[in-house]
Amino acid sequence: MAELFIELFGEEIPARMQKAAEARLCDALLAGLAAAGLGGENPQSWSGPRRLAVAISGIAAKEADISEERRGPRADAPEQAVAGFLKSAGISRDQAEVRSTPKGDFLFAVIDRKGREATAILPEMISTLIGDFNWPKTMRWGTSRKGWVRPLHRITVLFDGKPLAGQVDLGGEMALPFGAETEGHRMLAPGVISLSGGASYAAVLEAAHVIADRETRKDMISTGLSAFAGKHSVSVGEDQGLLEEVTGLVEYPHVIMGKIDDDFMQLPREILVTSMRSHQKYFSFENADGMLAPYFATVSNMSADDARDAVICAGNERVLRARLADARFFWDQDCKTPLDSMVDRLGEITFFEGLGSMQQKAERLADLAAFIADGDAETCRRAGHLAKADLVSQTVGEFPEVQGVIGGYLARHGGEDKAVADAVAEHYRPEGPGDAIPATDLGRRVALADKIDTLVGFFGIGAVPTGSKDPFALRRAALGVIRIIIEGEIDLPLTPVFDKAAKAHGFDATPENLMPFFHDRLKVWLRDRGIRHDLVSAVIRQGDSRNDDLNHLCRLAETLASFMAQDDGAALLAGYKRASNILAAEEKKEGRRFDGKVDPSGFRDDDEIALHERCDALAAKPVADTDTAIARMQSLGGLRAPIDSFFENVTVNDDDQQTRLNRLNLLARIRMIMEEVADFSAIEGQTEQKG
Amino acid sequence: MTATTASPATSFQSIILTLQQYWAQQGCVILQPYDMEVGAGTFHPATTLRALGPDHVWRAAYVQPSRRPVDGRYGENPNRLQHYYQFQVIMKPSPMDSQDLYLGSLKAIGLDPADHDIRFVEDDWESPTLGAAGLGWEVWCDGMEVSQFTYFQQVGGIECDPVPVELTYGLERLVMFIQGIDNVYDLDWDGVPKDAGGKVYGDIFKQAEIDYSHHNFERADTAMLMRHFEDAEKECASLLEGMPPLPLPAYDQCMKASHLFNLLDARGVISVAERQGYIGRVRALAKACCEAWVAAGSPDAGDANG
Repeated sequence: MAELFIELFGEEIPARMQKAAEARLCDALLAGLAAAGLGGENPQSWSGPRRLAVAISGIAAKEADISEERRGPRADAPEQAVAGFLKSAGISRDQAEVRSTPKGDFLFAVIDRKGREATAILPEMISTLIGDFNWPKTMRWGTSRKGWVRPLHRITVLFDGKPLAGQVDLGGEMALPFGAETEGHRMLAPGVISLSGGASYAAVLEAAHVIADRETRKDMISTGLSAFAGKHSVSVGEDQGLLEEVTGLVEYPHVIMGKIDDDFMQLPREILVTSMRSHQKYFSFENADGMLAPYFATVSNMSADDARDAVICAGNERVLRARLADARFFWDQDCKTPLDSMVDRLGEITFFEGLGSMQQKAERLADLAAFIADGDAETCRRAGHLAKADLVSQTVGEFPEVQGVIGGYLARHGGEDKAVADAVAEHYRPEGPGDAIPATDLGRRVALADKIDTLVGFFGIGAVPTGSKDPFALRRAALGVIRIIIEGEIDLPLTPVFDKAAKAHGFDATPENLMPFFHDRLKVWLRDRGIRHDLVSAVIRQGDSRNDDLNHLCRLAETLASFMAQDDGAALLAGYKRASNILAAEEKKEGRRFDGKVDPSGFRDDDEIALHERCDALAAKPVADTDTAIARMQSLGGLRAPIDSFFENVTVNDDDQQTRLNRLNLLARIRMIMEEVADFSAIEGQTEQKG
Repeated sequence: MTATTASPATSFQSIILTLQQYWAQQGCVILQPYDMEVGAGTFHPATTLRALGPDHVWRAAYVQPSRRPVDGRYGENPNRLQHYYQFQVIMKPSPMDSQDLYLGSLKAIGLDPADHDIRFVEDDWESPTLGAAGLGWEVWCDGMEVSQFTYFQQVGGIECDPVPVELTYGLERLVMFIQGIDNVYDLDWDGVPKDAGGKVYGDIFKQAEIDYSHHNFERADTAMLMRHFEDAEKECASLLEGMPPLPLPAYDQCMKASHLFNLLDARGVISVAERQGYIGRVRALAKACCEAWVAAGSPDAGDANG
């Protein structure tokens, strides 16, 4: 059993692509080896800016031998048929055996093929794998016709520690032969180094100032950050995304800490953090009081060296100064501009072709926010009016990531109500599944108005998400609405809001596919919280006027889910299905629907009387709102025992027609009582029950 | 790296001379700036057109004054200019040691990669006006973006084959970094001490930045600019339609149109909706010029443009 080791070395791979490529390379190799019947186990892999590497052990030296017998045509078959058979089996006429069978004499080919050596199979396999490798984007270089993510310089292929001959054809008269040499750190260890396999790979590279393993590099960075944070009594913000990205930018991480000039500490925190994080990939720190600390950390790709560190630190500090000076210039300009005059300029920006300008969007937003306000409509309108103003600010022009937040600062600066400023700042939230909903009630109302206006608008012009395509992030917007309403416990049936928004857009009516879209999103969201989609479908009953009340649907679905998780629930579902099957059959026969009107005097059996009384008890508390619906659902369990005894002891289709109809109506009554809170026919049986 | 004492070795002009020297040694044709207003060194026909057709090998380097009217700041911003310099290198086909050659140039101008932290950070490039796209990086030196490094994949909508590599140095930023100063107007231009009549960047360009900011944002006659845009567009088409087609003079008109669009943009008279339209019109010119250039250079085009 041998090891296969591969390293692909080239020019800097985009940081965001490395980790996935490492996994893909490893999986593709394992799959290729398995398909070739060569085995393969204990995969190990590495990735960094300039290289991907994989080692797989337990590989067979050769394929299994193949022994195969094939029956051909009759021995006296026409020459053409015989020739065809010989050709397909790859043998000559004398190598074919003639065997007698009950059906006559037939030609047989006995093929014994020695399994090929792994060394004969692998080069071709590896070169195909590299040729077909899937990058998010590939490029050509020089005269090449085939691509890689960036120019590829070396391919090391070692089998059992020995180089394997082969090459990758790049087209355009360019080919890259397999070798056994790679390069270490570009500056710290120039020149080539020899590789001998997976076991020594990390150590050999480390000697050449390259830390091959991602996790090790990540740990080095985290440790370096913590050490600095400890030294300056500050804490480093948790930022996995940045950590992952920076890990992909360095082969030999070394954390260097710099200082932010005091002059800039007056700028809004988000401007500082965005300048540092997205533009410079710097980590930021917080003081004990939660305020931004005047430090940043950059992760250099060079080993520690006091003189060099000082140069690198000074360089980075200067870059940050220039960036922040720029940002401050914009910020100062913006602070001199009244927010209302920015709103006036929103007319210059198109919201979307067919949906008017940003100014029109802001007007609709203001109206809709006032419409869904809880109490103070004018404050809500004001916040909606100002929400988009910062889109014409210079700061947002420079840092689009901080839209909204900057508007909040500018509103505060302009003397707006604190509630208005906060609402402006947080109205884009939640910006993803990991982001919190707005913290303030006003913020939630404005966020709802913004998202609903967008959704109604795009649905109204037919720009709806299809498959994986959702260019306007409408799914995210709908999910935001769902989360704000449910997590924020906002009592807001959507139909009147949709209608109002549709009218503002100048549509005749709310697009019909919008509510079903919300129901789909609600199912997805609740599924992620452990509630099966069929249970959600069951509470969205056709024609129910409360289908636009997300809190109602959510609470009902939760109640139904917990009910169905109990024995009573599962058993009652069985009873319901039995009842509705009987009803369906009889209703078909009779050509009418049973309406549940029973005649109590017509009962002859204790079990049907008990069931009827149970129904009376349930129906005594009518379903009028969410709470009564939940109460009904929670007490449905009491039906289980009487239904079970009913089916055990009572024959529905009694010979006496009156008795039979009465019993059918009793079943219809049960169906009605249950369906008043959920469509139990939409619930899948126990066998399909999951999580 | 101490600030602002005039030094002949790190003056703006000597960095340019060193880069020219270095790239000449790498076999580049050293060209002079193209004599028209352009937004970036890429617009120079030595890059845009030569990235395509007929030479299999093309290596050139040049300084290109570049104009971005919208970046004018009336001389008040220490980092933004509406007129600045790019140093541009184009090598076709891209050599396998492109990165090493580039790092060699940094060493030549006093930025020894062993003494700094050099990084190649993903940055795909696209020029909607040129119909051009490429993959590559921005190169960071101690956190400062000092160059753009791009493997062209497409220019004028045409696939590049072979693939050229383009290196663009933002000279002001680079030299500010080398001289260790925070304000572009303090850049030492000539290495001559001030008391001996030496000039800094501001002595030479500050007034121009102020005047051109007024021009770009307030004074330029927009009706005239629009007229000239249409003239350039028509002239470009007519130069390509006539026999023989004249891709080089036609491409001048394309550059003109592009700059006129940039001025109109700075004057704030192009709405967001119109913007895409203008960009599309310039791109159409660039594509037509590139196609005519490639057609003229193809073997069956005879010696019409030889």
